[in-house]
Amino acid sequence: MVKFSIKEELCKGCELCVRACPKKLLQLSPDKLNEKGYHPVMITDESACVACGSCFSTCPDTVISIVKE
Amino acid sequence: MAVEYKATQLLTEKPRHYCPGCGHGIIHRLVAEAIEELDVHGDVVGISPVGCSVFANNYFNFDMVNALHGRAPAVGTGIKRAKPDSLVFTYQGDGDLASIGAAEVVHAAMRGEKISTVFVNNAIYGMTGGQMAPTTLVGQKTTTSPNGRDEDWCGSPIRICEMLSTLEGTYYVERVALDTPGHINQAKKAIKKAFQYQMEGKGYCLVEVLSTCPTNWSMSPVESMDWLKENMIPYYPLGVFKDKGAE
Repeated sequence: MVKFSIKEELCKGCELCVRACPKKLLQLSPDKLNEKGYHPVMITDESACVACGSCFSTCPDTVISIVKE
Repeated sequence: MAVEYKATQLLTEKPRHYCPGCGHGIIHRLVAEAIEELDVHGDVVGISPVGCSVFANNYFNFDMVNALHGRAPAVGTGIKRAKPDSLVFTYQGDGDLASIGAAEVVHAAMRGEKISTVFVNNAIYGMTGGQMAPTTLVGQKTTTSPNGRDEDWCGSPIRICEMLSTLEGTYYVERVALDTPGHINQAKKAIKKAFQYQMEGKGYCLVEVLSTCPTNWSMSPVESMDWLKENMIPYYPLGVFKDKGAE
């Protein structure tokens, strides 16, 4: 079971995690803006995440954290 | 088995001032994680440069000193000689290290100072508005080379790793990149190795990290990572240039 969490207020919408995800599970939230005015990243299907850590690894702002039990 | 990916305690929770997609954020995390894994975080002194990462002290949870432009290796020398048991590293960009501070880094390496340098090369002057750096590639457009860097007029970009690895004083020199998660993992291993060698009392270690500057390259962060891969890596080949510990 994978618990995927996103600190939306830190996200700058750079999409490096979107590029890195091998399962193509990440995208920018189309209808949401954070305080800085960016569309924060969101995960489309948490259950399909394999916790490879690629998104965490490429994120410049340590927005993402993943715990796999 | 539980797998966990979360921010280390050695990074503060302060939102970073860097532009979206800036490589500095990734490299900050790698440095902090390397120090955490080496379990030396009670006695670490980092030296931040002048450049975009001038406020790096806000993001690291250990002691930091801000040096004058380019003088981080000289300040690091003093700190390390006064506190030989501390882990002392300099964090410098290409404008700081390869340009105004070129003499300092060469002489610190020549003396074999037991400090480590994390050299962030993004082939441009970021903070001052995207001017041509000594590391700017031939043909690359910047605000001071609007038609692309002219080799006849400005010469060829400087390869710091190759240059410093010829000095007897350097112990370990490696070039890594940030374009893929695999390369990022390799970058962390290299930084950790440089710190490890320092803690063992070995000589000068430098890790050059090829990074991006999406804002001044006028690209999206994703495009800039592809540009790094296609243009920078062929000119600045990745790999270990010197590792006296492996000989």
